[in-house]
Parts: sequence; structure tokens; C-alpha cells
Amino acid sequence: MWTLAGRGCRRGRVLLPWGTGAARSELPRPRPAPSFGAAAECWAGDRLCSSAGRKEKPDMSKFPVEDIRNFSIIAHVDHGKSTLADRLLELTGTIDKTKNNKQVLDKLQVERERGITVKAQTASLFYNFEGKQYLLNLIDTPGHVDFSYEVSRSLSACQGVLLVIDANEGIQAQTVANFFLAFEAQLSVIPVINKIDLKNADPEMVEKQIEKVFDIPRNECIKISAKLGTNVESVLQAVIERIPPPKVHRKNPLRALVFDSIFDQYRGVIANVALFDGMVSKGDKIVSAHTQKTYEVNEVGVLNPNEQPTLKLYAGQVGYLIAGMKDVTEAQIGDTLYLHNHPVEPLPGFKSAKPMVFAGMYPTDQSEYNNLKSAIEKLTLNDSSVTVHRDSSLALGAGWRLGFLGLLHMEVFNQRLEQEYNTSVILTTPTVPYKAILSSAKLIKEYREKEITIINPAQFPDKSKVAEYLEPVVLGTIITPDEYTGKIMALCQARRAVQKHLMFIDQNRVMLKYLFPLNEIVVDFYDSLKSLSSGYAREKAYSVGKTICERLKDSLPRQLFEIAIQAAIGSKIIARETVKAYKKNVLAKCYGGDITRKMKLLKRQAEGKKKLRKIGNIEVPKDAFIKVLKTQSNK
Amino acid sequence: MVLPGPRARGLVAAARAAQGRRVGSAEGSPRGDPASRRAALYVHWPYCEKRCSYCNFNKYVARGGVDEAALRRCLVTEAHTLLALGGVHRVDSVFFGGGTPSLASPHTVAALLEAVAQVAHLPADSEVTLEVNPTSAPGSRLAEFGAAGVNRLSIGLQSLDDAELQLLGRTHSARDALRTLAAARRLFPGRVSVDLMLGLPGQQLGPWLGQLRELLRHCDDHLSLYQLSLERGTALFAQVQRGAVPAPDPELAAEMYAEGRALLRTAGFRQYEVSNFARRGALSTHNWTYWQCGQYLGVGPGAHGRFVPHGAGCHTREARIQTLEPDNWMREVIQFGHGTRKRVPLDELELLEEVLAMGLRTDVGITHQHWRQFESQLTLWDVFGASEEVKRLQEQGLLLLDHRGLRCSWEGLAVLDSLLLTLLPRLQEVWWQRSPPPVPGG
Repeated sequence: MWTLAGRGCRRGRVLLPWGTGAARSELPRPRPAPSFGAAAECWAGDRLCSSAGRKEKPDMSKFPVEDIRNFSIIAHVDHGKSTLADRLLELTGTIDKTKNNKQVLDKLQVERERGITVKAQTASLFYNFEGKQYLLNLIDTPGHVDFSYEVSRSLSACQGVLLVIDANEGIQAQTVANFFLAFEAQLSVIPVINKIDLKNADPEMVEKQIEKVFDIPRNECIKISAKLGTNVESVLQAVIERIPPPKVHRKNPLRALVFDSIFDQYRGVIANVALFDGMVSKGDKIVSAHTQKTYEVNEVGVLNPNEQPTLKLYAGQVGYLIAGMKDVTEAQIGDTLYLHNHPVEPLPGFKSAKPMVFAGMYPTDQSEYNNLKSAIEKLTLNDSSVTVHRDSSLALGAGWRLGFLGLLHMEVFNQRLEQEYNTSVILTTPTVPYKAILSSAKLIKEYREKEITIINPAQFPDKSKVAEYLEPVVLGTIITPDEYTGKIMALCQARRAVQKHLMFIDQNRVMLKYLFPLNEIVVDFYDSLKSLSSGYAREKAYSVGKTICERLKDSLPRQLFEIAIQAAIGSKIIARETVKAYKKNVLAKCYGGDITRKMKLLKRQAEGKKKLRKIGNIEVPKDAFIKVLKTQSNK
Repeated sequence: MVLPGPRARGLVAAARAAQGRRVGSAEGSPRGDPASRRAALYVHWPYCEKRCSYCNFNKYVARGGVDEAALRRCLVTEAHTLLALGGVHRVDSVFFGGGTPSLASPHTVAALLEAVAQVAHLPADSEVTLEVNPTSAPGSRLAEFGAAGVNRLSIGLQSLDDAELQLLGRTHSARDALRTLAAARRLFPGRVSVDLMLGLPGQQLGPWLGQLRELLRHCDDHLSLYQLSLERGTALFAQVQRGAVPAPDPELAAEMYAEGRALLRTAGFRQYEVSNFARRGALSTHNWTYWQCGQYLGVGPGAHGRFVPHGAGCHTREARIQTLEPDNWMREVIQFGHGTRKRVPLDELELLEEVLAMGLRTDVGITHQHWRQFESQLTLWDVFGASEEVKRLQEQGLLLLDHRGLRCSWEGLAVLDSLLLTLLPRLQEVWWQRSPPPVPGG
């Protein structure tokens, strides 16, 4: 019920948005063999499309620009985006209807488990309407605002969107955020009210909200049940009728937008591209506007949704190309590709991925360092938005400071490490980057610039040497039943947020917009929001402090001196525990028959001691940190 | 069977022991025998009348009675075999432990001593100790042991509180203990030791110090204070697990230990080892050998030994353990002449680690001279002089490294096991720096 979403800006630049993901449980199912309906050709299995022995490659030249529609589906988490996409794929024969497909586009295990889309997937649908065959390119977008930059890039390859809204829940925060992304990109928005089969569905109420919040006439809403397939056909018709074909020119030199890229172990980077001008085929020499590197195209094709090689791709079409790029940073989202010797004006809006949430990542055991290192390297091959800096902590040893697009992105990354690479890590509490305008000439010389970005709290420069600190802020949208408005406003104020907007979207629901310092909401804001309604005790600091002290006490071995463990808020001590010094630690009886056993024990203890980390004079077992950190994360 | 030799020798030894005692040192005058040909001898008597609730030693309660003659023959055989194997020329001390060795007949003790004397030099003033359980040793029997050659007694008195004795599963009372102690002192003046336990479940500091003070009024010149360690598999451990008996409080035990050793110091006792106190020079030479890493042979079921099997042409010291179960052990002795079940060669580093861990248990610690006997190239200074961690222990007043050698301070001795966790890795580090370990496969 509580949602928060938005877009962020810092000093005029659009930065990181924030949002939340509700869990949706979808059991992973075996992938059905997709079939390529239009060409009446069947493919067996995953990614086989490009293998040798295939029949004739489809000729994409028979789809003129006016028969092409590029669109995306955007929705709040769990409003049914992926289910609708599945239905559209079935309807167009892209995937087999009889196999009861579940969210074909969500390929990753973590996506299916969390019910979210992390990596955008794209599919070309071939659809016959009124005797004419259309090429409908469905460009799937990540469902979470952590990935809003990706969303915006995906959207820039489209001319229209399907805005899916749950008939039961109505407009949610992310619905609003997504709508404005599409609106700013000047796309046609087709509102689709989903789940009308549900008992408590109230499509009329949702229509009213849509009219009020988005200023879209009620009669433009399409009411469907993606689950049952009700009225889905009319969605396809609306796509053809209401979304304009792309405004592109086949005759101009190639201009292609990279809107996604994935890394394939065997074939290198597979870049998903939308052609704005020209055409591209195997053997073409292309250049990345961002890196200025030149590549030779090895393969082009369409996605349905697996790669299907074609002879060429033409302006207005969406597909993939493989061109010997070795890692995803060479095919950054938003980059423009053009033909060698035919440079073009790059498409606007490109930005390198900008991480906004940073956290330390350490192996639970230092002996796992190299394994973890290689797992991180492999995973970042596929996700160029994660930044990696080596880091080391007195407490946790050698590790990294990783930058993520948002908290969910971080969790997903961590989960993929665990699931796909079987590694276990310690993640520290995430922080946001700060900027400091330096005033000390010495420091400016040292950093070689006046404005520096700090991603590690340990490197924060002293305020005597800084003229001004800057922090990232986000515009957050909160939609809530009105009885909680007062409490939420108080909470936002306590988080240093500035109110920008307040409106009733229907009789009892309020939409609030606040400008939040990102740091104030990055860790536990959503929990606090939820706790407002579920009556959690808000002042937990004392009990948390006490618990942490006790846990640390229990996991610290006794040493030759007394150790005081204190929990503090600022300079105020709120809890204290003491690990007493050893007064006696010596085996009482040690005669001829005891020596072997004693030596064994001592050596084992000495080995164990080597694994302790020394902090000052205090020897701390590594699991002590894990225990304490676990406590925090469980709270 | 008449054994005039040992008996006569024993009486002489007792008399000599009463006159003047040797200062505890295994490095005493060599009398022509190099240290490598000298050894202490431990003899294990595996039987008890009853299991004590806290004891996890290798001991058995014989149901059908003990065939002592057979056991005696095997002990003698194994002693002969091991003395020959070690090429031992001289035995400096014999210790009869157990089990309850005072349950053995004096005849068995005499037979053992005779057997040793047959193949090695057993000087008349060698320390021959017998562990004694108060109930199993009336005065008359103690005299017989003396006649058999025993010249020192160690009495397992454990407590002067009858409730505590009961908790420990002992068969004697406090009165029995004091009576045995008095009889022992009459027979072996200046050569009697008593054990007192501390840190028992429910035990309080005040009353325990009271026991110690009372014991000081009755005891001889040697005393051992042992903190109870709850051992898995004992009845007491199970009782504590069940909650039938309160768990011993280690904090309280540490206090008892601190107060107890202070009290004994005031009473003129020298704490010459972690748990052992002596006055008038009444140190146990046999035990001193353990802490100085001298050679010792272990005879009897489950006995441990550490010696170089010169007789077999070897030059590396071995840690040896004899077969545990008396029946199996006897079978092996009859078949092979000994019941050695396990032999582990100790490399140079392992031996040095033992020198360190055992030597620091004593008040003199490890003298430079003592260290040189085991390691001629690396000095104590080389190993520990430059270590920051060792320096810190010195600054904390726990450890001393000076012209005399390396030793614990008064405070350091109580936490020696913690100190060793710094010292042992340091020794290893320096050792491997000097001679890197062989790289597997390379």
C-alpha cells in the first residue's frame, strides 16, 4: 500500500530515483521452447537461433517504417506488466500458447523470484491486422525505478507506452514516476487497466484517477485481464492505431541507439539497438560515439525474444548486433553507433551509468577473496552500472566498495552473487555519494579539482577544508490513504524533505511529492513508512544498541585485558557491556601424559588466533562482525 | 621371591632423602651419563576401587579382581624392553601413578624397581614417588611401600570438606585424609605431597581458603593446587549438563587460585610450577623432568613416554603412547615385549615448542643455558627479542626476557596459555624464516 517513487535531481541534473519493490512470488518454471510464429519456423531451446544450419534468415526489408510500432510496457511493481507481455507474445505466436508460459521475458532467476525485471528484454512481434503484417517491437523495461535511466533509454527507442495499472490498487507511486518519464519523452500513453477479473477490482475508480492525475480521458483506458487473456487483442490494435510509426529515414547513414546490452560468455557483448536512421548488416564497420572505438559487425538480428539473425536491420527496427565488444562498458546504454566514415550527431540523453548507492562488500572469509573477486568481475561484465573500487576495512579485511543504481539494484547484485556464483559476502550499510567544494588550496592541489565526490565515508574531508558539501536529492512520490497524511508529513520533515506537491487523487487517497536528501531515505525510509501504519515502536535505538553490545560480547574471546563495548549515538553512550580480562588461563595439570593433548590444543588455538583480526590491541573473530552486521540487517 | 636389593636400597634412599634434598633440576651432575642416556620412568597402575566423578584418566574398576602377578610380569617386561630401546643408562626418578597405584602390592613396586636396577643405574637417592589414595593406604602399608623402595608420597587428598569429597566421588573422608597425611609424614618426613582442588561446583572463596589454611597446619613441604576441569564423559560433567550441580565458576576459581598462591607464598612455599608449591627445596624431580623436556619412559596401559629410541639406532625423540586397555596391553606385552600403540617422531620445531610450553610453566622459566641444550643456533633473543607482540607482553608485566632467560611474571604464570598463543606462532615464524618448510611438489 505504501509506495514511494520519483526522480531525482542534484543541481539541475536528473539523478537517481528511488522506489520499492513488492515481492511477487513466481515459481521458476522450465523455459518453454519459443516458436517464431510469423516465419512458421520453430526453435528448440535457448539461444540456439544463431547456430549454424538455420534456414533462410528473415528479410527485414519487407517491413517499411509505417508498418513498425515500437512500444514499451510500464507499470508499478506487480501490476501485471510481465503477464501482459507474455500474452502479447502468445497472441502474436512468438511463444507457444499451450505451454502456460510465465513471464518469458524475465530470464534471470532473481527476476522470477522477486517478480521484478532487472534486465530489459525485447521481443519483435509479427502481427496481422486488417490484412497487413505489422512489426511490433516490444521493448521491455526494468520494473524498478532504481533502473530509471535504463527505463528512459528504453523509452527513447519507443514512440508509445502501455501504462498498466492494477484495477484493484489503482495508481501507485511508480505508476506516476513512469508516466512522467513517458510524458517527458513525448510518447503516446495507452492506459491499460489490468486485473479486472479480480473480485475487488474497481476499474471505474482507476479511470477517474487516471483522468485526474494524468489528464487522460476515461474512454482511452483499455480494461483487460492479462491473466485470463480478456480483451488483450484490443491492446495490440490500440498499439497499431494510437502509437505512431517511428520518424526515421532508411536513406540516411546509420544512427543506432544502444538501449541495453548483455554479455554472452561465448559471443561477447550483445547490444540491443534501435535504428533511428539507415541500416546495418553483417560486415559493416561501426563506431561507438562514446568510446570512439571501431568494430566490425558479426551478426545482426531481431529478438523474438531470443536472438534470431537477420540479413539486415533497417531504420525504425529494433534488434541486436554483435560486434566483437568484449565487455558491456563498450556498449553503454544510451550510446549511439554509426558507420565508420559516416559520423552522425549522437542521439541526445546519453549518460554513463551513475551509481548512487555505495556499500562495502567483503568476503566472509578472507580466504574467499579471490573467488569473490572473480565472481564480481563476471557479474559486472553483464552489468556496467555497478562500479567497483578496491577497499579495505580494519574490521573486515580486503574487499571492495561497490556503487549501485539503488538499494534494490544492490540487493539483486548480492543475490545474484549468491545464487549464480555461490559466494557469501558481508555488505556494509549503504551510503550515498557526497560532493565537497574544497576551500583548502592544498587539498585542491592534491585532488586536482575543486569539487570532489566522496563515495567512502572514511574519506570524508574535514569541514575546515571545505566550503560546501553537496548531497544527492530525489523527488519522491508517496501515495497514501489520507488518514496517514499527517504522520507521513512529520516523517518526511524529520528526514529533511521539502514538500513540493500534495493532491487528492480520489476521495481518500493523497499523493505527496517531496524532495528528499537521498541519504535520508536510502536505508530504512520505506520501513519507517510501513511502520507508521503497523505501529512499530519507533525508538528502537536503545534495544538495538543493547543487542549489538551483547552479541559482540558473546562473540569476543576473553583477552588479557578488559574490553568495554559501548553503543553510542553521537557522543551519548546508550549501552555498555564488558568482556572481562582473563585472570586465569592455564592448564592446571600438565604432566607426561598431558603434553601431547596440550600442545595440540595450543596449536589449534594459535591457528584460530591467526584468523582473528586485530583492532588496536583487541583480537576480534571475523564472525563477530558478521553477527553484529546481521543483527542490524535483521532489524 | 626375595628382593633384598631394592628393599635395602629403598631404606637407604629414604634416609638420605630425609637428610638433605637435591634442588630440583634434571640438569644436575651428569655422573658420566649424558642426558640422552638418562630418563625418568613413569609406571601406570590402571585400576581403581571406584570411579571418581571428575576423573577422565585411563583407569578401570576391575570386577573379577586383578591378576596382579600377570600385570606385574608385564610391567617388568615392558620396563625392560623400553629401557633397552631407549638405551637408558640411568634412571633418575620413578613415579607410580594411576589409577590408584597404592592399590598395588608393595611387592609389585619392589619388582619394578628391581627390574630397573637390573638394566640401568638407579641411584640410591633417585626420587621414587607413589600416588596414594587416603583410604587404600593405612600406615602399615605405607611402611611396606617404603621398604619396597618408595621414598616420596603424593596424597590425593583433594578437599577437606566431606560434602565436596562426596561430590567428587572420593571414597575417603577429610579425617581419613588427615590421618593418612600424618602417617605419611612420619614415614617419609619432608617427602610428602598433597593435592588440593579448587573451583568445585558451589565452592566459595572463604571456606576454600579455610581449607587451605587448615591444610597448611598439617601438610609437609609439598603441595599441589589443581583447578577442577570438567571433562566430557565424566559423571560430574553429566551432572552439570543436567543442571543437577551448578557449573563451576571460572571467575571464582581464578580468585581462589590467586588468593591461594599468595597465601602459600606467605607461608614460605615457592611456586615452582603453575600448580606446584614446595618449601625447603622439596620439589619433585620427576615432574621437573617433564617441564624441562627431559626424557621419560611410560610403562603400563595408556602410559605416555618421550625418548630417543637409541637402542633401535634412532636419533629422533618420539612421543609414545601405550595401549590403553589393560587386557590388550598385556597381550601385546606378552607377544612383543611392549604395548606401544603409537609412536610419533617429534621434529626439532615440535620439540622446541614443547620446551617453550612446558618450561614456562616453571618459575625459572627457560634459561638461556636450558634453551641451548635443545637449540644451539637460534637464541631466545633471536626468537623473541625483536617481536613487538612479545614486547607488549613484557610491557604488560606478564613476561620477562633478560640475561637469565625467558619466564613468566607472577601475574603472567596465571595466564600462560594466553601468552603461548603469542609465543608459539612467533617461534614457528622465526623457525621457518631460517629454514623454510619444503614446498609440496617442489
